[in-house]
Amino acid sequence: MEKLAGQNKKKSFREPGTDSTYLIKTENLSKIYPIGLTTLTALDNINLAFVKGDFAGLVGPSGSGKTTLLNILGSLDSPTTGSAVVMGKKVETLTHREAAGLRNHHIGFIFQTFNLLPVYSVYENVEFPLLLQNFSSSGRKKLVMDALEWVGLADRAFSKPLQLSGGQSQRVAIARAIVKNPELVLADEPTANLDAENSRNIMDTMARLNENLKTTFIFATHDEKVMRYLKRIITLNDGRVAKDERAAGEGT
Amino acid sequence: MIKFLIKGLLRDRSRSLFPVLTVSSGVFLAVVLYSFMNGVIADMINSTARYQTGHVKVMTQAYAEESNQMPNDLALTGINEITQTLKDNYPDMIWTARIKFGGLLDIPDEKGETKDQGPVTGLAVDLFSPSSPEWDLLRIEKSIIRGRIPVERGEILIGDEFAGKLDIAPGDTATLISSTMFGSMAIYNFKIAGTVRFGISAMDRGAILADIADIQEALDMQDTAGELLGYFPDNIYNDEKAAEIAASFNRQFKDPDDRFSPIMRTLPVESGLSDYIAMIDSMGVIIVSIFIAAMSIVLWNSGLMGSLRRYGEIGVRLAVGENKTHIYKTLILESLFIGIFGSVIGTAAGTGVSYLMQIYGIDYGYLMKNSSMMISNVYRAKVSTGSFFIGFIPGIVSTVLGASIAGTGIYRRQTASLFKELEV
Ligand SMILES: Nc1ncnc2c1ncn2[C@@H]1O[C@H](COP(=O)(O)OP(=O)(O)O)[C@@H](O)[C@H]1O
Ligand SMILES: [Mg+2]
Repeated sequence: MEKLAGQNKKKSFREPGTDSTYLIKTENLSKIYPIGLTTLTALDNINLAFVKGDFAGLVGPSGSGKTTLLNILGSLDSPTTGSAVVMGKKVETLTHREAAGLRNHHIGFIFQTFNLLPVYSVYENVEFPLLLQNFSSSGRKKLVMDALEWVGLADRAFSKPLQLSGGQSQRVAIARAIVKNPELVLADEPTANLDAENSRNIMDTMARLNENLKTTFIFATHDEKVMRYLKRIITLNDGRVAKDERAAGEGT
Repeated sequence: MIKFLIKGLLRDRSRSLFPVLTVSSGVFLAVVLYSFMNGVIADMINSTARYQTGHVKVMTQAYAEESNQMPNDLALTGINEITQTLKDNYPDMIWTARIKFGGLLDIPDEKGETKDQGPVTGLAVDLFSPSSPEWDLLRIEKSIIRGRIPVERGEILIGDEFAGKLDIAPGDTATLISSTMFGSMAIYNFKIAGTVRFGISAMDRGAILADIADIQEALDMQDTAGELLGYFPDNIYNDEKAAEIAASFNRQFKDPDDRFSPIMRTLPVESGLSDYIAMIDSMGVIIVSIFIAAMSIVLWNSGLMGSLRRYGEIGVRLAVGENKTHIYKTLILESLFIGIFGSVIGTAAGTGVSYLMQIYGIDYGYLMKNSSMMISNVYRAKVSTGSFFIGFIPGIVSTVLGASIAGTGIYRRQTASLFKELEV
């Protein structure tokens, strides 16, 4: 574990005038989709802040805006009005290239459907984010093997994704998300395609990462099993924050 | 990163094998089509030049006006002197006199009675002077089917099919019944030395090849010939040079007021093949344009399908932090690999097949039984420098063009909606 933490030296690139207390802060954030002649308000005036080490979940029924918010926080989408500051960057002002840089260095994604690249081995899938950065091949090898070690799949490094079970695939996806040791991991319904045991297994893994590396996790989920792990539960309803609660034993 | 991409390309057949197959078959078709048309046109020009027009042809102006009627009464007299002048003025060219004639060929039985008779056209060429270029020009030895080549005066060659029709064989006698240059009846006995295949349906079915001295004697045409043909020494028609020679000759010898003064005409003017010759030049351009347009559309579409199929992959790459421009560049780089690879395969296969068609040819004589066109019965492709580029360059251009157009889909779509493809 210390090995992974060792390379967590990223130069600050916080924009002046942004609040460094928070890893993420949204202000009056709204997302409105045009639907024919009318519009659909997917997110309505969201004001949320996350600090380093948060292990938080966006919960709520389908269509409540969880994915949309997660995509904006991950700089894959931008708000229609309002603002989202992610690690000192205003998402709404980033160019494609800047947004890609933010994701590449600071954010890991985990999806419901794993989304491993089928023609590449487990090792190559996990290695891919590092290829976009300037690591030596021995440096990459060490990081990839460390990450696979973390998720308990070092022995499957040269398997192909199709040879893995769903639980194993999702653990590879977690390794891919954490291999570059990002500050933030965004996970959209990570357990929706998994059985109870595998769900527990991957949540354990992520809780451990959060505990040891202080990596911030934000989930979108409506899975009870996931909610039990969360330190903070933000309930969305019709694109609005209905509740924002800390779990028992958590401060504030 | 490039290594990573190539690995993916090689492992994912729908990304490598199928596009390569598409490109190589397109390139293959373009190469074969081009070489084939090239060969057919070159053949057409060749056989026209060989039997009919030469690369340039000298006649009297009067003969030129009615040349398709073989008007030997209008033939060129003083042929030896004119030939010498031509040899002096244009020493690089090969010059040879010929007479075309028509008449009846009469086949006698043992008693000398007519056994069979048929209309005949004939070509009289110099067979027996030691420096005669005709053996090479007409490839006489190669076209013998039965019998042997003529070795002395009075011997002729006859179209093999014609011989079959008249039921005569080498060694038999045949009598030509025609008219002299001055309009009286001409009768001349020949011995059949052998049968030949001219490679032109009309001639195979009704022509003989005789020595020019015999015909001059038979038709009373001493020192006279209908036509004087000139050939480039490499036997390849060069329009520019031919036009230049004709112009200089006509300036010097053509007298507009004297119908019996000589005129020189070039192959395209004399044969009406000028359109075909122009076609050779524009053909390349046409094939390339059609090919690029068609292939780009095909590849664009397969590129579109490919990228649709790959939105998942592209979504992951975006999520991991690759930017759109980088992804776009890698798509184009991939297409460049595929274009080069497919074009190499297609060009190799295309020129290979064309080369086989150049050596063996496709005989379509059976399709032309009743034609009187003076073209060769064998389609032959011709591999030229153009064959190597006609498919290769467009293959690469259209692959890359197709990918560039299809790839813009990445930009046209919102990042988030590319990303949405990741959701089930
Ligand atoms: N690209 C889009 N265009 C139009 N409407 C969209 C688009 N993306 C999401 N929506 C709508 O926004 C709302 C929120 O969607 P989403 O964030 O996916 O919800 P959740 O993830 O909570 O199920 C839904 O009503 C959905 O139909
Ligand atoms: Mg969702």
